[in-house]
Amino acid sequence: MSRYFKAEITENISLNKDYSLLTFHPLTSSIDPGPGQFYMIGCVSDGGGSPESPAFKYVYDPLLKRPFSLFRRTDKGFQVLYRIRGKGTAIIRDMRKGAVVDVLGPLGNSYPMPPENKTALVVAGGLGIASVFYLAEKIAGSGGSAHIHYGARTETDLLMVEDLRTIAGTLNISTDDGSCGEQGCVTDMLGDFLAQNQTAAAAGVIYACGPHRMLEAVSVIAKERGIEAYISAEERMACGIGACLGCVIKTVNGYKRVCKEGPVFRAEEIVW
Amino acid sequence: MNLSVDIGKLKLNNPVMTASGTFGYGEEYSEFVDLDRLGAVVVKGLSLQPREGNPPPRIIETPAGMLNAIGLQNIGIGRFVKEKLPFLRRFGTKVIVNFFGDSIEEYSEAARRLSGEEGIHGLEMNISCPNKEAGWCIFGTDPRVTFEVVSAVRKVTDLTLIVKLSPNVTDIATMARAAEEAGADALSLINTITGMAIDAFTRKPKLGNITGGLSGPAVKPVALRMVWEVHKAVKVPIVGMGGIMNAQDAIEFFIAGATAVAVGTANFVKPAAIGDIINGIERFMTDNAVPDVKELIGSLIT
Ligand SMILES: Cc1cc2nc3c(=O)[nH]c(=O)nc-3n(C[C@H](O)[C@H](O)[C@H](O)COP(=O)(O)OP(=O)(O)OC[C@H]3O[C@@H](n4cnc5c(N)ncnc54)[C@H](O)[C@@H]3O)c2cc1C
Ligand SMILES: Cc1cc2nc3c(=O)[nH]c(=O)nc-3n(C[C@H](O)[C@H](O)[C@H](O)COP(=O)(O)O)c2cc1C
Ligand code: FES
Repeated sequence: MSRYFKAEITENISLNKDYSLLTFHPLTSSIDPGPGQFYMIGCVSDGGGSPESPAFKYVYDPLLKRPFSLFRRTDKGFQVLYRIRGKGTAIIRDMRKGAVVDVLGPLGNSYPMPPENKTALVVAGGLGIASVFYLAEKIAGSGGSAHIHYGARTETDLLMVEDLRTIAGTLNISTDDGSCGEQGCVTDMLGDFLAQNQTAAAAGVIYACGPHRMLEAVSVIAKERGIEAYISAEERMACGIGACLGCVIKTVNGYKRVCKEGPVFRAEEIVW
Repeated sequence: MNLSVDIGKLKLNNPVMTASGTFGYGEEYSEFVDLDRLGAVVVKGLSLQPREGNPPPRIIETPAGMLNAIGLQNIGIGRFVKEKLPFLRRFGTKVIVNFFGDSIEEYSEAARRLSGEEGIHGLEMNISCPNKEAGWCIFGTDPRVTFEVVSAVRKVTDLTLIVKLSPNVTDIATMARAAEEAGADALSLINTITGMAIDAFTRKPKLGNITGGLSGPAVKPVALRMVWEVHKAVKVPIVGMGGIMNAQDAIEFFIAGATAVAVGTANFVKPAAIGDIINGIERFMTDNAVPDVKELIGSLIT
């Protein structure tokens, strides 16, 4: 069992022009991932089914693997939900079923599952949903239920909502432009929810992933109300395994590596 | 087939080592690479006191390469000896400690402290660092300063001393000669080439530190040229590095004049890269009827 393996792409579905959902199946035995962990995926593929392809030996642009959160597991393999951003993700989008890629993972730490007497309050901004979906699914699978707050810029940035509905205790949606759900930002929605549901607030654990400013706002809310909160951070990465010191984030205890001590941190630990 | 080479007093089982800063303290990669298979492990650059390093973002990918501005973050020599060295002592592989300082005194003191420790077989001195006393100009860009700092370190250590040259100079051969005359047992090159990346839309630098060091395949032609120039200028062995991704790249460095090679950025791209490179060198030697790797060194046909 190794965290470094070749995987076959079993599905690569375009959700709309900006987002796709990739499923890969390890060709050798791999390690079970936890919610919040991530994979680094190489942007070189062999074009179809040959792990020994010379492409892996001679193609070095794009160079580094790209980090993606584990979205969920299916019988076809591990899924990542991704946005086409630049060179690497554009190449990954064009990879076909049957192609073989280089993968490193699962990497980093996981969200701790909520204790039995606590309720999960999940907050996702934009693609942050990719990091918390599997957590919500695990919570649902173990008989719990998560209150999910999911915000995005506009309707087309809301992803996998139907799937989310099946695993959410409650699902509150917001968009910046009001094209779907409440108009406004997801942190306001969280604030309102906590004000109206004192019991949930008192027994809640917050799990948040999204843009930096959203995470900062979540940590302020959590602090004001004395709620335990976990956030998942993002930084540029090279090695993904704690060796290069490239992915650090400022914490109250100095710089910490997002790929090793993170990506999940206690909200109060981060220097915003 | 003979892969062993000598670097100063060090007898390496094979000529492939890790490049400082790209392999952590060895432990991080032990899951992917058999450390006993390596010629040597070169650890992340250490200083007397721990360093916090630069603000993020510290890494930006560029075409076939990457810029880093880690800022020499490290846990300091004391913690390294206490927490990391015991792990490395479990292996038969040679351990080379990369170190640096802000002043000549700091360099000497660091070298002195490292020299007394069991399990450290060699030192690699990173001179691509700013000199606090001389207005932060880089130790490795003025041959007189290079001579001075290397001489000072030479006086305090009997370990094999490798001086790691900065490529950010006009004439690398002059720098190489200065280090050799000051008593270096070997030279390693190249360190990263200073560069920068800009976001056209925000007009901001992409790195927190504005500038950073370029590494990876993009720098290989520059590195090969510098190894070749230094090989012609000095007698001491050279550890060549810069963009080595596979065995063929490594062979090219031997031909240019390197006695050993170091693998850096490739570890990030493929965590098992260094093992593959050693296997690949053996395969190359078999396929091309090269019984001793030393036959390749400086064998460029012009
Ligand atoms: C722990 C973690 C989890 C992530 N999970 C997801 C996910 O589930 N879905 C998703 O779409 N994206 C995710 N990202 C962001 C994703 O890695 C980047 O969007 C992607 O690397 C962009 O690559 P590119 O080649 O298309 O872009 P380019 O801009 O061409 O990339 C150039 C370089 O910058 C790096 N980079 C660019 N944007 C980011 C970024 N936001 N964060 C980190 N590195 C970046 C790339 O890895 C590459 O090395 C995650 C990032 C991290 C650190
Ligand atoms: C992330 C990173 C950190 C590095 N840290 C150090 C260091 O601490 N000391 C040092 O002498 N060189 C350091 N280097 C330079 C490498 O050891 C090497 O000289 C350079 O990267 C060229 O080799 P490569 O192209 O194979 O990576 C670092 C390089 C990278 C990419
Ligand atoms: S990516 Fe290298 S230490 Fe995190």
